[in-house]
Amino acid sequence: MKKIVTFVATLSLALVAMTGCGKADSKTVSTDGSTSMEKVIGALGEAFEENNSGVTFTYNPTGSGSGITAVAEGRCDIGLSSRNLKEEEKAQGLTETVLALDGIAVIVNPDNPVNDLDLETISRIYRGEITNWQDIGGNNLEIVLIGREAGSGTRDGFESITDTEDACKYRQELTSTGDVITTVAGNPAAIGYASLASVKDTVKALSVGGIVPAEETVKDGSYVVQRPFVLVTKSGAELSATAQKFFDYITSSEAGEIISSAGAVPVNK
Amino acid sequence: MNKKQFMENAIHGIFLILGLITVGCVLLITVYLVISGIPAIRKIGVLNFLFGKKWASTAAQPQYGIFPFILTSIYGTAGAIVLGVPIGFMTAVYLAKIAPLKIKTVIETAVSLLAGIPSVVYGLVGMMVLVPGIRIVFHIPDGASLFAAIIVLAIMILPSIIKVSLTALEAVPKEYEDASLALGSTPIETYFRVSVPAAKSGIAAAVVLGVGRAIGEAMAIMMVAGNAPNMPKIFQSVRFLTTAVASEMSYAVDGSLQKQALFSIALVLFLFIMLINAVLNFFLKQSKE
Repeated sequence: MKKIVTFVATLSLALVAMTGCGKADSKTVSTDGSTSMEKVIGALGEAFEENNSGVTFTYNPTGSGSGITAVAEGRCDIGLSSRNLKEEEKAQGLTETVLALDGIAVIVNPDNPVNDLDLETISRIYRGEITNWQDIGGNNLEIVLIGREAGSGTRDGFESITDTEDACKYRQELTSTGDVITTVAGNPAAIGYASLASVKDTVKALSVGGIVPAEETVKDGSYVVQRPFVLVTKSGAELSATAQKFFDYITSSEAGEIISSAGAVPVNK
Repeated sequence: MNKKQFMENAIHGIFLILGLITVGCVLLITVYLVISGIPAIRKIGVLNFLFGKKWASTAAQPQYGIFPFILTSIYGTAGAIVLGVPIGFMTAVYLAKIAPLKIKTVIETAVSLLAGIPSVVYGLVGMMVLVPGIRIVFHIPDGASLFAAIIVLAIMILPSIIKVSLTALEAVPKEYEDASLALGSTPIETYFRVSVPAAKSGIAAAVVLGVGRAIGEAMAIMMVAGNAPNMPKIFQSVRFLTTAVASEMSYAVDGSLQKQALFSIALVLFLFIMLINAVLNFFLKQSKE
């Protein structure tokens, strides 16, 4: 009898506890969005937590579209997007602040003898007009096009820069940067694209039109395959004190060093 | 006494509520899927949606035809069944009737482990080993294909097929087999002519369960199938119904036709799975009778 009463009481207490999780207190900064920004925003969040004890930073890697939706619905403080906002998104009352620039590296297998392609050639490869590496100075192998899924910020960025929107003849559409790198590293005929910050030694980043992808060439604009990292906030609505502090910190020049050590190119430096 | 009666009723009530939570979840999901899945089908048109051969959701002129996904899901599942069922079924016969106890314990443990491996691990191994392997063995430019997905799915459905068939085979009354042996048939003849027919509805249930598992899998095949929305061919990069939803959902803008269409794909998948469940129930009922 007593046991049952206790059980019921515990159950109801547990239910109350579950409903108790409301909006987190003002000591937290929540960010949500682009998976490509993981390294940059992670490093910034860590540094911010170190400098401000008791503050919690959260980052939810969901993708640019989800991040923008999340900030519009008030589910996070700052949305992260690896593309500029579309007009319809700005019309929803969202503001963009460019945090940094990110080069998109065109990557091939290290065994591939090709080192340099111009934008036009890359575009023709992805359109399926050039189908064999032999035609552009490589081995006699059919080119395997690796890309990202529809809606990915990297894909969006890459296709708009190379003018191949809706025209790419992808062999594989993968859902993460890591998967693209793994696949290209495992196939000598593959070509793919990935955020410059996440390119590893297992693949070779091509120079584009003779310009090697690097921080300097991205910043001065000579490396043309690049896109912005954008902070998305609600126009008019005020951020919480902590979130505002975080926003000011990461857009300041002192955060620039952290951004560049994470592989992107800061705009405020 | 009265108090006792009251407590008894109260407990019954609590159990009823807990039971209804499950029913509520199913209803909620069904209603939500139908409500969010219908608008896009209406806008696109049932025929255009189900039998359209081109999917280009983010193009300037978007096209939402899911026929390639439906065919891929059917082919992929069928392929996994063709590969997985004979292996799983023979393993079950071996385990139930022939294997010495020690070997049986080892294999059963391995099968349980296989069932417990997360699907992302299947995908990862498939991506690192299977996909390059297929490329080299078959001399094709890229190994990520329907074929790779079929192999991964076949391995993933093995545990359910083995376990359910095993239970069915073990439930066959020993008298049947004894009678067959007494009439002079060999043990193998007995297993295949007597035990298997006696367990056939259980084995059929195992196959249907395998179909359900294969058609609902997303993560593992997303990593090995290539995900390009092509009409399915064995060495072509393909996209399944599940992966079509999973790969674009996180990016689709809320309220856009693209997102609604993804819900519609989920609805189609849901209907497929309902159908499979109905078939499963049919077989299970038969095996009880």
